[in-house]
Order: sequence, then structure tokens, then C-alpha cells
Amino acid sequence: MLELRKDLFADERDDNLNVVGKGVQRQDMPGHVTARTRFFDDHAFDGMLHLKVVRSPHHHARIRAIDTSAAERAPGVKRVLRGADVPVNKNTLLSLINFGKDDEPSLAVSKVSYKGEPVVAILADSEAQALAARKLVRIDYDPLPAVFDVEETLKPGAPVVNETYPGNYFEYHERFDHQKLRFGDVERGFAGADIVMEHRYQMSPIEHAPTETNGSIAAPEQNGRYVVHSCAQGLFFALGTTAKIVDVESNMLHFIGGTVGGGFGGKVDSLTEPLAVLGAMLTGRPVRFVLDREEEMLYGSPRGAERIYVKDGLMRDGRIVARHIRSYFDAGAYTRLSSYAAIKCTAHVPGPYWIPNVASDIYVSYTNRCPSTAMRGFGVTAVDFALEVQMDRLAEAASMDPMEFRILNAYRDGDMKPHRRAAKNTALVECVQVAAEKANWPLSEQAKRASSLLGGGAGDRAQIPATQLDARGQIGRPDTRSGPVTQVLPAGTSRIAPSKQPVMEGARDGRAAPTQVPRYEPQRPAAPPPPAYQPAPPPYQPGGSYSPPPAYQPASPPPAPPPPAAPAQPQHGAVRFSSVFGTRRR
Amino acid sequence: MAKLPIQFRLNGSDRATFVDPASNLLDTLRRGLGDFGPKYGCGQGTCGVCTVLVDGEPQLACLTLAVSCEGRQIETASGMADGPHLHPLQDAFMDHFAAQCGFCTPGMLTAARALLAKNPQPSREEVVEAISGNICRCTGYEPIIAAILAAASGTSVRRA
Repeated sequence: MLELRKDLFADERDDNLNVVGKGVQRQDMPGHVTARTRFFDDHAFDGMLHLKVVRSPHHHARIRAIDTSAAERAPGVKRVLRGADVPVNKNTLLSLINFGKDDEPSLAVSKVSYKGEPVVAILADSEAQALAARKLVRIDYDPLPAVFDVEETLKPGAPVVNETYPGNYFEYHERFDHQKLRFGDVERGFAGADIVMEHRYQMSPIEHAPTETNGSIAAPEQNGRYVVHSCAQGLFFALGTTAKIVDVESNMLHFIGGTVGGGFGGKVDSLTEPLAVLGAMLTGRPVRFVLDREEEMLYGSPRGAERIYVKDGLMRDGRIVARHIRSYFDAGAYTRLSSYAAIKCTAHVPGPYWIPNVASDIYVSYTNRCPSTAMRGFGVTAVDFALEVQMDRLAEAASMDPMEFRILNAYRDGDMKPHRRAAKNTALVECVQVAAEKANWPLSEQAKRASSLLGGGAGDRAQIPATQLDARGQIGRPDTRSGPVTQVLPAGTSRIAPSKQPVMEGARDGRAAPTQVPRYEPQRPAAPPPPAYQPAPPPYQPGGSYSPPPAYQPASPPPAPPPPAAPAQPQHGAVRFSSVFGTRRR
Repeated sequence: MAKLPIQFRLNGSDRATFVDPASNLLDTLRRGLGDFGPKYGCGQGTCGVCTVLVDGEPQLACLTLAVSCEGRQIETASGMADGPHLHPLQDAFMDHFAAQCGFCTPGMLTAARALLAKNPQPSREEVVEAISGNICRCTGYEPIIAAILAAASGTSVRRA
């Protein structure tokens, strides 16, 4: 039962709650109980064609030849599509926000990189005819060695899964094999700790298994446009993706959706819309492309499996003084949204705890598995599983009650987080207190008196600590950290000198002025002249006594002179996360 | 392939159509007759979103040959309401928040309707058993069970 604890944060609370705590009927409920709700497949079209794809039976193989002649002559078949028929046969979902390189074909052309990858699409008068013709397509494969492990794939000599990323890793900031975070000095933290503990955690891929499988129906409209009934969770995301792949202006497409028969993240990949629209354009007929249950389970993208190593430095009194997280996110064969998951993971590290020295290295690895995608907190859920198991182990090592251990280490309001944002509206302390109370779990008087409002945001807890840099003035790759530290990013500095060429443009929250938001262009244009760097407006001003770090100043003060003519340095740190990935709560 | 004529009563109205001998009742209802209440979820009889009543018995439309329904009474969730008046189960589902995405709801309502027709005062275990063939991925089932029990205790169930 819902219980509102108005005693907590009473002075922060606007008690003018009109809806929370009351039963309010949802506007879509009458449709659901009367079966009047129209899902994407609940639309009738005369002369509708059914689209089925031929999928790769190999995890990794070169395509030598494709023969569709028998399928084209099969009864009821109106059209057979191959990669060459797709106007823009390479895409990555987040290209809509200029993040990452196009790496995934709609229909594979020269090789397949996972079992189940679509190669040929068949459009026929009936589903049965499309399925029968599917068996007549002859594809000559030359199987290649495949790699399925997130760490094996990064080793030298591993098979190249995805030619767009020949190192088998997503290239962060277009040059790095992982997304890095540095805050303070974890090595010094470990050196000074009473106990150092490291464990390995492994998640499995998870299929969303919505009761409604992925699908869409596209049909020519009377005004020359195409109507698309879609199950997409992000309707405009699917619209933009489809417009790009079929190479039409987005106002040619009329997407109708919003009723999703269960999504949970598995309906953001635009798995069916582009080919359905392309089929409708090429045949002039309505086209229905729906995954059957077997396809949904085997080839609908799952939650990405993650392997996570957590290393902690612990004091006997229960304080965690250093945490290093190394995580490998299994993207499968193509990027989809895994690149974003790793960014979320980085911003979440080290969990809801204040730790003075934090480092993380998050890799997105390509393997010959089905591409993974969003699922309920992806990027955060798995690392939380690892961190909370680790917290129990640490509590045991410190001989502390696990509830009290969490209260001791929890963020308080105003604490500086490793990605250089002050914690606001923290409530872990209160959550643990209430959970303990509900479970009749005894807490000490001290733990009961703890509050998210007390003890945070002061002294070291509010400061960005001095952060170590390597010889190149970067925050350090593992292979360059063996030598002595040559530079220190001074305390209070939010980030190091920016790249001359912003890697990602198009800020969404208006804080960092977008230099350009180009439409998709099939060939990457020659690099435009680097726009002069405009320091971002100062970060938001949190309330309370916390004073924000000084705004970025182009000329960093020494401790050491910047290395002469160093390669363009990338931006690191907080500005990247929020400028690309949406707005913060105010 | 030659099509066969079939005729049955659908939600109280006489309907007739032509079907392929191999077509299932689900496709016939959805694509042939335009009743989109029963859904396709698996096509293998495991998820229950296509549940309909054939002569009052819950059946999986995806596994029922259309030609086997000649002369039968077919009832779907689309015909549960009495004009503008909702069936007590529909009211209870609304009141108990027993649907989220709504995709399993027609099948779930139909399974519950078959239960209450036979057993107007079911125990919780009997409700659980009755909807055990219907998969819901959103609610966790508890609100659905509560709604069915509430409908049973509140009002007697009308037969269509």
C-alpha cells in the first residue's frame, strides 16, 4: 500500500498534492477493459502485404552470394528486398543526437555479425506465403570465427565483430576505448585503506518478453505520405530513424502509436518500421512487419549483459575511502543504445555513497551476440546489483550491520559526486531507516538520528578533489599510469582543457550552445573548421551553502605547463553528460 | 486454396465469412471479421492473450481451427459490455488498476468471465488457477486477482 511519509523532509515539501496518494482513473483504462484500445496491429488495410525477413543462421560469417530468384517467383510474393534496396543501409540509433558512428545495416550486405541478423526481406500477400518463400532464398555463407566474451573480444587478434569499430569497442569521444571517470586518487586511497577488496560480478542478458511482439504497419496515405502504426516506445525516435534510413523528409511519415503492448525498453530500436515503410514505398501497398514470438525471444534485443569488477578501499570504522569500477557492457554486434548505457553507468558511479576517491573505466564491447538495448534502468541496474552485493561484503568485512553501513556511507545533500555534480534531494538515509523500521531491523540510536540533511556538503565532501593526470595531461589510461604522476588537476577544477573540436554537438538543455545540429549526411563531411570554444555558461546554482566550483577558465593555472602541441584534448567530466543527455531536475 | 464458408454467432450476432481450411479462429476474428479484441502474442497457445469463449468454454483462438467453430457461440472481450454498461469484471479491472499496457486484458477478462460463470464465488486459489494460462508482463498479477475477487463478491455475473 502507498504510504506518504510527510514527516520526512517536511520543510522541503509542497504539500499541495492533488494527485499523489489519491486514486485517479487513467484515461486509457476504459479502452483497455472494453478491448477498444487499438494497438499497432489492430488496424485493417485492404491489400495488405506481409513482410518476413531471412535471418542469418551463423554468429559470424561473410556473405559470398545471395540468390533470391526462386523466392521472387514463389506464389504471392510481390517483392524481395536486399541491402542494396535500402537507401541508407547503415545507421546507429543515437545518430539522431550525433552520438556514435553509423554501424548497423537494415539488411546485411557483405557479412553477418550475429545469429538472426536480417539479410533479405520478403513481401507477400499472406504471412504463410512469405514464410514459404523465405525457405527458397539461397545464401552462401563463409563462416568466420566468432567471439562472445566481453573481455576476450578486446584482446589482440580477436575477430573483428563490427568493421565500423575495428577494436571491438565503442570509441568514446571518437578516440578512447572506454569512458573514464577520475575523482581524487584511488591508488592513494587503496594504499591508505585498512582493507582492500575486489570482486567480479556478471549479469545475464534478459529478454523483455512483452506480450505484444515488435511490429508495425505502414501504408500509403491519400496525400502522398505514409501512415505508420507502430509499437515504438519513442514514436518520434522511430520516425527520425525511419526517415533517415528510407531517405525521406520526416514530414512524409505519419506515425501513429503510443499504445504499446508492453515495452520495458525493448521497443526503442525501430526494428520493423524502416523496412515496413520501404516496402510500402516500393510496392504501393500497406505492409505489415511483425516479429513472431520466436523472433522476439531470439532476436529482439535484450538487456545487455555486463561484467563488473568492483575494488574498494575500506577503513575499519566502516568508511569507504576509494572505489574503482571496471565494467564491460556487452553491446552485441552493433551499438544501438549501449554507448548511452555506459555513460549513464559512469554518471551513477559509485552508487548513492560519498567516497572521496573514485575511478571508473566503462567499456562497451562488441561481441557476436544479438545487439542489446535499453531495459529498465540499463547501465544503472547492473552496476547497482554489483555495488549492493559489494556493500554487504564490505559491511561484513568491517563487522558492521549492513543497514548502518549504508547509512554511514550514504550521500548527504550537498556532497560532491564524482561526475562533478552536487547531490541534491538525497534520501538514502531515510529510505534505509524506514526499511529497517518496516522490517523490525534494529538500528543504533546514532543511525536513527542520521539525516540526509546533516553532515554533507561541507569541507572535503563538497569539493572536487585534486585529480591525477598522466604525462599527456589526460586523466590517465591504465598503461600510462605506471609512471609517476606528472600533473595534478587542481582541486575545484571541474574539467581539464577542452578539445578544440567538440566531439559531440547539439546540447539539449541549452546550457552549452550547440555549434551545429546537422541533418544526417550519408558521407561524413570533411571536418568543419573547428568552432571557437565557448565556455559553457556556469553550471546551475544549487541551493544551500554549497558554492559551485569556479567556472571553467581557458588558461589553466600551472602546477605544470601544458604539454606543448599536445593532441587535441577531449572534454571530460560532467559537462559532457548533461549537455548530451537531457536536462537535470530542478 | 479453396475457401470454406463458415457461420457462427459472435458476441450475439450472426456472422459468416470464408476461410482457408488451415486458418485459425484468431486470424478469422481479427482479419476476417474485424474483432481486434483477441490479440496475437505467441501463436503457440502459451500466453493466453487470444483467449475467447467457444460455447462458454475458454479456448485459445490461435490454436482453434476456424472451421471447427461452425455453428458455435463465440464470445470475446469486445462483447462483454452491455451497451454502455460495463460488465462487473470490467468495472473491477478499472477500479483495481488491473491493466497497465492493456494487451493481456481482453484475454484476462475472458478467462475471468469463464471462471465466474461456473464458479461465482471462487477462492483466491481458484482465481489464480483460472488465469494461470494468461501471461501479464506489467502488473505482477496481484491487482488482477484482486479485481476478479472483488467482481465476484460485489455483483453477480451476468451471462451474455
